[in-house]
Amino acid sequence: MSGIHPAHVLAIRGLDVRFRTEAGEVTPVRGVDLDVFAGRVTALVGESGSGKSVTSLAVIGLLPRPSGGVAAGSVAYTGKSGVTVDLARTPASAMRAYRGSEIAMIFQEPMTSLNPVLSVGEQIAEQVRLHMRLDAAAAWRRAEDMLGLVEIPDARRRAHDYPHQMSGGMRQRVMIALAMSCNPRLLIADEPTTALDVTIQAQILALIDQLRKTHGMGVLFITHNLGVVAEVADTVSVMYAGEMVERTDVRTLFRAPRHPYSQALIDCLPARAARAADGRRLIRAIPGSVATAFAAPGCRFAPRCAFRDDACEAALPDLREIGEGHVSRCRRWEALA
Amino acid sequence: MNPISASLFLRRLFRRRLVLFAFVVLALIILLAILAPLVAPYSPTGMRVINRLKPPSTLHWFGTDEFGRDVLSRIIHGGRASLGIGMAVVVTSMLAGTTLGLVAGYFRSLDALIMRGVDAMMSLPDILLAIFLVAVLGASAGNVVLALAIVYTPRVVRVVRGSTLVVRELPFVEAARTLGVSTWQILTRHILLNVASPILVQATFIFAYAILAEAGLSFLGAGVPPETPTWGTMIASGQQFADRAIWVVLFPGLAIVLSALSLQLLGDGLRDMLDPKLRKAL
Amino acid sequence: MLTTLARKLGGMITVMFLVATMVFFLTRLAPGDPAALMLGDQATQADIEQLRKTYGLDQPLLVQYGLWLKEVIAGNLGQSIFLQRPVLTAIGERAEPTFFLALFSILIASLIGIPAGIISAVWRGGRSDQAVSAGAMLAASIPSFWLGLLFIQFFSVTLGWFPVAGYGDPGAPLAQRLYHLILPATVLGIVNSALITRFTRASMLDVLSEDFVRTARAKGLSESRIVLRHALGNALVPIITVVGLTAALLVGGAIITETVFGLPGIGNLVVSAVLRRDYPVIQGALIVIAGIYVMINFAIDVIYTLVDPRVKT
Repeated sequence: MSGIHPAHVLAIRGLDVRFRTEAGEVTPVRGVDLDVFAGRVTALVGESGSGKSVTSLAVIGLLPRPSGGVAAGSVAYTGKSGVTVDLARTPASAMRAYRGSEIAMIFQEPMTSLNPVLSVGEQIAEQVRLHMRLDAAAAWRRAEDMLGLVEIPDARRRAHDYPHQMSGGMRQRVMIALAMSCNPRLLIADEPTTALDVTIQAQILALIDQLRKTHGMGVLFITHNLGVVAEVADTVSVMYAGEMVERTDVRTLFRAPRHPYSQALIDCLPARAARAADGRRLIRAIPGSVATAFAAPGCRFAPRCAFRDDACEAALPDLREIGEGHVSRCRRWEALA
Repeated sequence: MNPISASLFLRRLFRRRLVLFAFVVLALIILLAILAPLVAPYSPTGMRVINRLKPPSTLHWFGTDEFGRDVLSRIIHGGRASLGIGMAVVVTSMLAGTTLGLVAGYFRSLDALIMRGVDAMMSLPDILLAIFLVAVLGASAGNVVLALAIVYTPRVVRVVRGSTLVVRELPFVEAARTLGVSTWQILTRHILLNVASPILVQATFIFAYAILAEAGLSFLGAGVPPETPTWGTMIASGQQFADRAIWVVLFPGLAIVLSALSLQLLGDGLRDMLDPKLRKAL
Repeated sequence: MLTTLARKLGGMITVMFLVATMVFFLTRLAPGDPAALMLGDQATQADIEQLRKTYGLDQPLLVQYGLWLKEVIAGNLGQSIFLQRPVLTAIGERAEPTFFLALFSILIASLIGIPAGIISAVWRGGRSDQAVSAGAMLAASIPSFWLGLLFIQFFSVTLGWFPVAGYGDPGAPLAQRLYHLILPATVLGIVNSALITRFTRASMLDVLSEDFVRTARAKGLSESRIVLRHALGNALVPIITVVGLTAALLVGGAIITETVFGLPGIGNLVVSAVLRRDYPVIQGALIVIAGIYVMINFAIDVIYTLVDPRVKT
């Protein structure tokens, strides 16, 4: 990163999210710090259950009610007006004014994320009317324009289509058009390409990237796929079992990961897989699965870690700064170099 | 069911207080009906015309009817017929409906035939089909049971067939089939055990509906003979005195409401407990 | 779409055929000779034989069934034994109060059941949900004739707000006749609201957990708009089904209420036919009522295509 430091859009500090369940309270996100800057993409990476989606829902205020909520920390959002507010302390009614207009979100499942009984044009126009205070005709024109912007062919006609008349890739374009329709400052994309074919994936990623450049919004990109991260991200935060384990810029992460979990994720990439004697790629997997019950006091990753020693299991390591803009939670990060 | 799992069953069932309340009320009503001759303060048929249409008092808690008979005693005795008919309807429709449902769900060749028959029966309102059947069969307690059992059998068929269709595709049934277990054994052991809980839930609801329907038929004069005290016949014979003595109508009706409500609450509790998907939704 | 509707049409015809068959043979199970019944006590054996011949009652049962079925298909439901007119005419004369009673009842039931079900689903597990569930179960536990008697006693006899019974003079203005339906329709509306409440709640709960509801929230829409436009719009199909089927069952299912309120409707016709063993009327009424049910069922399928764009293509 060079030049002037870009403006903050989102600054999460010490975020704890808590859920009440039948089995008692759980805290799927603990002490998370995260930054998103205008015109930049922050990737949030982790396996399912790592807390990355819960973090994003906390930002946009869509944690399931009344069982879930922010228990600690702050979510500082700097909006279009330049005023910074703590979204974690914004009442639900006021949050609505941010959702869709300032902060937009794209979800993983394009097949089910659109309302089946409303035309796609209506679904976009509805949000436009609400936040941009346009009349019905102007809102509809805006919806048509947005569908054109996301490169849906014959957008004016297809605005009248219902979701079931569109393919998954088309529906995800509609979701992007919907998200972009009120010029948000922050776009949260939660696994936006996971459910799509590989060729469509690339198109959707290119589209998001292009819109980020032209509109200058910050993007929080949530994914478990490091291949996608390499394509879109500026900075990367890696989460494991509800905690941040490493944060750095995208180049450093791939060149010199300093947490064994990040390293393992990178090694799992097909492109990095070693070739076996017969020329086939050996795809590696990380042994074990994300721990859900925390009996041990130590590093959450220790049970699956090849580098652990006894001290790793004694106490939870802190995040430490190991280079410029590079933090890692691994005690033994130097051993990874 | 062994005693430990039985107590666990009840503890889970009664986690909702309303369900426990329903169970206690129902047990009380049934107990009163069984012990009617011992607990009823008066004879249900003892007429004293001088005492006719007396309002509720300490002597006659629910008042007296047009022949001076004690309404409370008649309700307690009437419960025998009302609950007895309801119970008999449940047992009969369960037996018939479970058999037909298993057959329809397991032997696909008979499915269409049985289910069209079910559709045809369900295209007529319950009470209309019941009154038609009683008209054809003749009005008697036995025929009321038969008619109502026929009316409610299609519901059981639907539930059992639906569950059978699901269960028959489960791996363990498939495994039993490949191991050469006979069709009859598969039906009775594997499938019947698995559809037992939806049947149980359905039984409580049919019990409630049967009590209501019996009362309706008696009220229309197409049910049990009017001289038999049931909650329905009491309301029917009392209606012409409703303007002077509302209690002859009010209390038998409350007995019906209380019984049907308890049964439905209990059925609802059972359903919540037995169906984990529904439990989560609540 | 068309093939689906064609298949439904085939199912309808099968069901109607089964209803007609069941009604015919069950009626023949009934004790008593229809011819003797028609002629009354003074008839001689010769008279009865004569009548049996005219009506084809001396033929084998299957032949009689064939002849009868042919007439039914042609739209002739036979003659009433006691009313001296065709069954269809008798039913037609009684249709108005039954039709309006069913209409008003389903309106009241929907006005109670749909909002209650929505409230219950939106605040599920909460106090209002429990209250609605208990209320629905209570409504389904009340015998309609008993509630009717209490209503008559209170609103008509004590307060004098409504007529005690009947449907007014046939020559009276429609509004005056319909006024007679307010109490019975309220009774039926309350009793039938239970099922609609439960269905609305269940389908709203299903829809509210869908992904597109989360999308609607992410758009910043108000909760009421999410519930009423996005969720209810998608829950409409099952709700229409239960409302439609309840309405269909009300046409013949209101017999007890019609009797309590002395309404000269189809239900009343059936009850008196049963008590007088007027079998042609019973048979005809059952076929007509089942036919209405089956047709409403079909109409619901057609309405689906209007409500749910996915069905159209």
